[in-house]
Amino acid sequence: MAERLYRAVPADALRIVPLDDFTLIFHRPSGLSHLVTAPAPEILELLEQGPLTRAALLARLGERFELADASVEALDARLGELVATGLVEAA
Amino acid sequence: MERAVSRDATLLVQALRDPTSVAALDAQGWTALIAMARAEQLIGTLAHRLDGVAMPAAAARILADARGSAIEQRRTAVWEAEAARRALAGVDTPVVLLKGTAYAAAGLAAGQGRSIGDLDILMPRRTLDVVERALLDAGWEWVKPDPYDDAYYRHSMHELPPLIHRERDRMIDVHHTILPLTARVTPDAEALIADSIALENGLRVLSPEDMICHAAAHLFADGDLAGGLRNLWDIHCLIGEFGVAGLVDRARRHGLSAAVARAARLAHALYATPVPERWRKLSYTDRLYRRRLLARDGWGRPTRRLTRFGFYLRSHWLRMPPAMLARHLWTKWRKGYRPV
Amino acid sequence: MGFRVGSDWRAPIAELERLYAGYPQPEDGIPDFTVRLFAARPWRRWLRPAVTLGGDFVLPDAAPLPLAQGLLAAEMAMNLQMALGQRRYLLLHASAVERDGCAVLMTGLSGAGKSTLAALLGARGWRLMGDEFALVDPATGLVHAFPRLVSLKNAAIDVVRAALPEARFGPLLAGTPKGDIRHLVPDAEAVARMAEPAQPALILFPRFGFDAAERGLGPSEVFVRLTQASTNYVALGERGFEAMTRLVREVPARAIDYPDADSAIAQVETLWSAL
Repeated sequence: MAERLYRAVPADALRIVPLDDFTLIFHRPSGLSHLVTAPAPEILELLEQGPLTRAALLARLGERFELADASVEALDARLGELVATGLVEAA
Repeated sequence: MERAVSRDATLLVQALRDPTSVAALDAQGWTALIAMARAEQLIGTLAHRLDGVAMPAAAARILADARGSAIEQRRTAVWEAEAARRALAGVDTPVVLLKGTAYAAAGLAAGQGRSIGDLDILMPRRTLDVVERALLDAGWEWVKPDPYDDAYYRHSMHELPPLIHRERDRMIDVHHTILPLTARVTPDAEALIADSIALENGLRVLSPEDMICHAAAHLFADGDLAGGLRNLWDIHCLIGEFGVAGLVDRARRHGLSAAVARAARLAHALYATPVPERWRKLSYTDRLYRRRLLARDGWGRPTRRLTRFGFYLRSHWLRMPPAMLARHLWTKWRKGYRPV
Repeated sequence: MGFRVGSDWRAPIAELERLYAGYPQPEDGIPDFTVRLFAARPWRRWLRPAVTLGGDFVLPDAAPLPLAQGLLAAEMAMNLQMALGQRRYLLLHASAVERDGCAVLMTGLSGAGKSTLAALLGARGWRLMGDEFALVDPATGLVHAFPRLVSLKNAAIDVVRAALPEARFGPLLAGTPKGDIRHLVPDAEAVARMAEPAQPALILFPRFGFDAAERGLGPSEVFVRLTQASTNYVALGERGFEAMTRLVREVPARAIDYPDADSAIAQVETLWSAL
C-alpha cells in the first residue's frame, strides 16, 4: 500500500511572517490567519522542496531541526491540523 | 441639478438599472441610496455597477469599501464550498452548490459584488444521513435547535437543521429539494441534481434554467419577499447571461411556471431585463408584488406595513397546509416570535 | 467618519447637536453610516418610552434603553455601526492619544481604564484621538482619529471632572447597565485636528486595580490580544493581516498594571520618554 504523500500548497497561497517563537501565516484561499509554532513552519519549509511521506518528514525534521519529542503521533496530529486548515495538501 | 428623493426603493432600482443616472443625485440622494442598498443587501452589487462612474469622493470611498467587502465575502464563500467538498469527498454523490456561492464559484455575473451568507448545498434526500455524519465528523455541529423546530425541519422543510463549523464559525444548509415538502408546489429534485453542471473542482451548480427556477421559487413560494430586490437582480443577471431558452419547459416540469413568469415580468419592469414580449406587461397582482418589493425608505426602513404583513401571512400559507400552519404559528407566538 | 442619526424622539437629537456642536459635517454631506433610534412598538414612543437601536448594521435581540438614556443609545448605536460595518480601516477597540505626531494606543477589557486614561492624558498636553476605537490605515500603518464623546463610568467621572474643570460634559446618566455614565466632550484641539493621523509608537495593555507593574510583550502575544480587540480583522482579509503584522512587528508593546490614575500617567510618561 502506497504511503500517503504530503505536499506544499502553491507558493502564492501563503503569506508567511515569522515573529518570535510563533509564525504568522495568512492563507489566501480562505482569508484566514494562523498562528503556528514548531514543527509547523519547519514542515512547510521541508515540503517546499518536494512532497514527502510521513516517515520521511519525521526523519528530516529530526536531522535538520533537532526537534524535541518528535513522535509519529505528534507529527500526525500536526499534519492533520495543517491539512484541515489548507496549509498543506495531502495526496 | 437636484432631484427629489423617492419615497421607495425606486431610487436603488434606477441606479442599478442605469448607473449613469446617479449623476443627478445630491447629497441627500446619495445618503438615501446607500442606506437602501445596505438594507437590501445590495451595496456590493451597487458598488460593482457604479465602478468608474463619477461621484462625490465620500460616496466613492463608501462604495470602494463595499467592493472590497464583497471580494472578501466571496473568498470566504468559495473556501467554505471547498471545505464542504473535502468533507463530503467520501460520500458517493454530487454536491450541488446553490445561490450566491454557486454564482461565485461558477464565475457568473450574478456573483459579482453579491453579498453571500451561509453555504447552501443540494443533496439527494437518501444521502442526508451520510452527509450529516460526514459534516459532523469534519468539524460542523448543530446550531442548538429547539426540538420542535428540529422535527419541523426534518419532516416538513426542505433542509437539514442548520449546522455551523466549530472553528470557522460559518453555517451550512443542506437541502434535498428547493421548496418545503409541504408546499403546494413540488419541484423535481432529482432532475435538479441530474442536470446539474460540474465545475473544475468537482463541485456542481444547477443548470442555468434551474438556477432561474430556484431563484424564482425562493422569491415567491419560499419567503415573504424579504430580500426580493436582490433575488430579482440575481434573476436579471442569470437571464442576461443565459437567455430564456428552455426556461418555460423547465419551469413547467417543476410546477414553477407561474413563479418564473412573474419573476421575469418583475425583472423586466424593474431592471429592464431582456425578456420575450409576453413578459413585458405587469398584471394587477404583479403591481402588488412590485409595491412590496420597493417598500424601503431613504433611511433603510421597511415601509408599507400592511402590504408586508399580507405577504408574510401568505408566505406561510404557501408553505404549509392551514391546520399545520395554525399549529406552527401558535407555537411560535407562544414563544414570543414576531414577524418583522 | 460621519454619521446620520434619525430618531423617533427629539430629545436625543437635541443632546447630540449640543454636545457635538463644532464638529465638521460629514464630507460631501454623505455620512458613512446611518443610525436610527426607534420605538419597536407604536406605544413605546409614549408609554415607558424605550429606544431600540437601529441603523445600517444591527444586533438582533438587543435590549432597548429607556428614553432618559437616549444619548447613550445613540452613542452605542454609532459604536455598533463601526464595530459591525467598518471596512476601510483596521478597527481596534482602543483609546489613542497623540504627541509630536506619534500615538499611544491603549487597549483592554471594559473597566481597564482606556477611556479614563485617554481623557486624563488629554488634560496633560496629549491630543485625544479617540476613546473607543483606533482606526489603522492598512496602506500606511497610521492611526486615524475618531474623537467622539468620551464615555466615563462611575468613579472615573469625578476623577476626570476634577482634572478637566473647563471641559464640557453631557448629562449624568444614572442606572445604566454599566452603572453611572457621563460623556466628556473632546476639547477644541482634538476636534480641530481630527483629520491628522499619527504614527503608532506605543501599544499599552492597561489593567486597573493592581500594584504598579510593567512587562514587555512579544509580537505573537500582541497579535493575539490585538486581534481579540478587533471586530473587523477577519473581514478585512489580507489588508487586515498586513496592517496587524506591521503593528506587532514595528510598535513596542507593554502591559501595565496600575493602582490609580496618577500612577498610570507616570508610567505612560516614563515609557514614552524611553522610546
